Amino acid sequence: MSGRLTAENFHLWYGENHALKGISLTVPEREVFALIGPSGCGKSTFLRSLNRMTDLVEGVKRKGRILLDGQDIYLPGIDVTRLRKRVGMVFQKPSPFPMSIYDNVAYGPRIHGVKARSQLDGLVEASLRAAALWGEVSDRLKKPALGLSGGQQQRLCIARALAVQPEVLLMDEPTSALDPLSTGKIEELILSLRSRYTVVIVTHNLGQAVKVSDQAAFFLDGTLVEWGPAPELFGMPKDRRTEDYITGRRSLDG
Amino acid sequence: MTAMMAILFYILLRGASKLRLSLLIGQPSPLKGEYGFLPGLVNTLYIVVLTLLAAVPVGIGAAVYLNEYVGRSGRPSRLVRLINLMVEALAGIPSIVYGLFGAVFFGEALRLGYSILTGSLTLSLMALPIIIRASQESLAAVPQCLREGALGCGASQWQMIWSVVLPCAKRGLLSSVLLAVGRIMGESAALLFTAGAAVNLPKNWLTHPLASGASLTVQMYLGVSSGKYIDEAFAAALALAAVLLGIYLLAGILGREDK
Ligand SMILES: Nc1ncnc2c1ncn2[C@@H]1O[C@H](COP(=O)(O)OP(=O)(O)OP(=O)(O)O)[C@@H](O)[C@H]1O
Ligand SMILES: [Mg+2]
Repeated sequence: MSGRLTAENFHLWYGENHALKGISLTVPEREVFALIGPSGCGKSTFLRSLNRMTDLVEGVKRKGRILLDGQDIYLPGIDVTRLRKRVGMVFQKPSPFPMSIYDNVAYGPRIHGVKARSQLDGLVEASLRAAALWGEVSDRLKKPALGLSGGQQQRLCIARALAVQPEVLLMDEPTSALDPLSTGKIEELILSLRSRYTVVIVTHNLGQAVKVSDQAAFFLDGTLVEWGPAPELFGMPKDRRTEDYITGRRSLDG
Repeated sequence: MTAMMAILFYILLRGASKLRLSLLIGQPSPLKGEYGFLPGLVNTLYIVVLTLLAAVPVGIGAAVYLNEYVGRSGRPSRLVRLINLMVEALAGIPSIVYGLFGAVFFGEALRLGYSILTGSLTLSLMALPIIIRASQESLAAVPQCLREGALGCGASQWQMIWSVVLPCAKRGLLSSVLLAVGRIMGESAALLFTAGAAVNLPKNWLTHPLASGASLTVQMYLGVSSGKYIDEAFAAALALAAVLLGIYLLAGILGREDK
């Protein structure tokens, strides 16, 4: 159990739309892996394939494998709820449940059978601390989560995901709905998570990718153009298309 | 709208003079020459409770099934469209037809006779489309991101529905139940055929559902058709109209707050 993800020639179709065309890459454990690329290239689709969130879409077909610590997550007998417990997710739009701050964070543990008050209290505090939110909310845990600011709500969602004690954390443009200050806080937070979790993050913000990621992958039109250590991908991309994207010449996308 | 105002005004005009609390919660007593709607009121309460007991679990269950299981993601399947069509059609059937069906099916085939239970089961069929439709609407208004958030924490589909979707939709669901209550309280034709016209207080509170009993509305109808209690009936109608107005207002407020 360490949180190492591998995609092997992974394809995905939404009906007729071939959204992922043979993706092969490895996300090393306890590193931050950034997915970049123009809009509609399949970043979210790939991210959501990593915890089988794409199962929710009707008419999805796929081919190839995705392995978590060597085990194929799409094998027939796999328990999807257990998979999602191991591979947590933070969404683009902060979406706390309309309950108290405490209940939001305790949601996952409760779902997974934790009942003891002291244990829940401990998990809630640890998760809020890990999400760098404890100091701001420790005196109002019983207040509605919807009363928090957007940036705080997103950190709460991160805490909610961490409370399940996942090995991998998937983040789909977690800061795109936030102001620069909140964005900065979440970027710091991501860096601090790196020592304990594998993080896969989709971002449109290249500066953010450079700042937080150890590894990066560039997607274009459903294909993986190149991937590798972030300094290399951003510093000296091997592929012309990656270079064009990074330097802002997106016109060659089509 | 003007027609409705006219009707309300007429009811107000004719009913207001006789409207007293003792009329609503008193018993008819020919000896003293007094009239009262207590039997109808009690029967209506029985009917409301029994109808809801049957219709709410089935109706909300059906809405959850349609909205969360078959109808999720993408275009609705053929089954969902068929069921929705049936729900629409059911909502459009005149209540007298429900009454005849209930009398034949629950009353005769199931041998429940003219009884409050027969009436309640019949009304639950009428209430179902109302509950299903309004509940489906309130479930559909729950943002998809909350469902994904719950599933992303490793919740099963059912855990997600129970712990996130239903609590988030609770006002809308309550509003759908109130709409049904309004429909039940205002119904008369279907009850005349099924629950009968006995104007009595329960002899036995437990077995009362198996007895015949006139609802408040049916008692009003009887009062008018006998020619003796026309003004009393208008007074009761006035009280009922006020209660229904309150129920529908509350339903409207609750239904809107979710969105
Ligand atoms: N639920 C869905 N149903 C059908 N098609 C979808 C669905 N989600 C995405 N697609 C299609 O799959 C392709 C990839 O979309 P995806 O959302 O993965 O792109 P993305 O790289 O995340 O884009 P963005 O940067 O805009 O978020 C697009 O053509 C999109 O239209
Ligand atoms: Mg996306």
